[in-house]
Amino acid sequence: MSELRFTEDHEWLRAEADGSVTVGITAFAQNALGDVVFVQLPELQAYEKGAEASTVESVKAASGVYMPLDGEVLEVNAELEGRPELVNEDPMGEGWFFRFKPADADAVTTLLDQDAYDRLIKATAEA
Amino acid sequence: MSTETLLKTPLHALHIELGARMVPFAGYDMPVQYPLGVMKEHLHTRDQAGLFDVSHMGQIRLTGANAAKALETLVPVDIIDLPVGMQRYAMFTNEQGGILDDLMVANLGNDELFLVVNAACKDQDLAHLRARIGDQCSIEPLFEERALLALQGPAAVKVLARLAPEVTKMTFMQFTSLRLLGVDCYVSRSGYTGEDGFEISVPAAHAESLARSLLAETEVQAIGLGARDSLRLEAGLCLYGHDMNTDTTPIEASLLWAISKARRADGARAGGFPGADRIFTQQQAGVSRKRVGLLTQERTPVREGAEIVDEHGTVVGSVCSGGFGPSLGGPLAMAYLDSAFTALDTEVSALVRGKKVPLRVSKMPFVPQRYYRG
Repeated sequence: MSELRFTEDHEWLRAEADGSVTVGITAFAQNALGDVVFVQLPELQAYEKGAEASTVESVKAASGVYMPLDGEVLEVNAELEGRPELVNEDPMGEGWFFRFKPADADAVTTLLDQDAYDRLIKATAEA
Repeated sequence: MSTETLLKTPLHALHIELGARMVPFAGYDMPVQYPLGVMKEHLHTRDQAGLFDVSHMGQIRLTGANAAKALETLVPVDIIDLPVGMQRYAMFTNEQGGILDDLMVANLGNDELFLVVNAACKDQDLAHLRARIGDQCSIEPLFEERALLALQGPAAVKVLARLAPEVTKMTFMQFTSLRLLGVDCYVSRSGYTGEDGFEISVPAAHAESLARSLLAETEVQAIGLGARDSLRLEAGLCLYGHDMNTDTTPIEASLLWAISKARRADGARAGGFPGADRIFTQQQAGVSRKRVGLLTQERTPVREGAEIVDEHGTVVGSVCSGGFGPSLGGPLAMAYLDSAFTALDTEVSALVRGKKVPLRVSKMPFVPQRYYRG
């Protein structure tokens, strides 16, 4: 499995062999959200970095999932439409949100690596 | 508000010990959920029994031969003929007929009334009572000295009967004093979930031991404010500050049922509460907007504040409470709609993130209430 990258908004990214990048929310994020009841998936189109591409709804609240880099969404995890609970059960696996083609193929390496993300979580927990 | 300035209920340490996620609510540091999570806590309550800490709510005792008569001047509810050992739902109204707060009133006998009011309103309610009827009865806030626990769900009666067998004889909205673990408590067969259950007022010093004793029963799980909200929403019950406020009258809030017959325009003690004229006029002539229930076939939850539009895209109302109903298995909402759209099965849409979510005006409660009426 290739190296994971992260955003400060608690999304994970995995570079795939074909140059696309898979995105989901982290275990920390799903735990903070609580029971996920609905995921509004992105359209198959280009989004700018920071755009609210997707929305995840827990029992209590709605939260945005932001485009981590400029790019075009190629595929969404349609399984989440019927089984949004996959985001809680397997956030880093079956609970993935979408796959996109970054405008800049190298940009993903500018994001947080595992160590940097772990430090962010630790700092958040201590805040 | 920083956590240092938040108030704590007598069960605060127990919540932390149980692993609750704490949030500020009405000035208190309260458990929004426990490790089980909102969804499972909700379903557990409908399936077995849930224990809720609602000690943040305000408990007030009124005492005096004129207490009932005096309280009637503030609420559109029959208090004078409220039987001893019964509790009734009421609301404080203002001069415009708007709702200052909603509350429960119980008749303890011996010229004593016991009130439970909302946490966020309790200081203003106390001031209101003192200003308006303080010269007619004694008004005693029990904010610090008593805790309030709610034990809700189909197994609640079986669980509480292990401590006090006589509770099996109580019916919905009955209220009594009894001893639990050797401590004098007030117990009512009522709640805020749509389920059978009890609310227990216990001296603060004994709250934790009672809570621990109830939680030790296999049927009982601690339940946070998250599930309390989804449970009451499925039961079609109003949340003050969301589904009603000083700008909504009981008629607009679809709470005419709560205005006692004796206090209505044609009743034995008609009017005599703040805003009676406006409320009676509205009852007669109708209102321009009303609280209704809304359901959707889609999966998108429709939240508080979402605009409701008709088929032409004209705004005809807004959502006052909305979310996901774990027992219903889908989204549900309450909204204030222009009266032309409040008939059952009327089709409207909510605007959620720029998209229309189709909704249908639906009857409440959204899930059947299961109160024990004997």
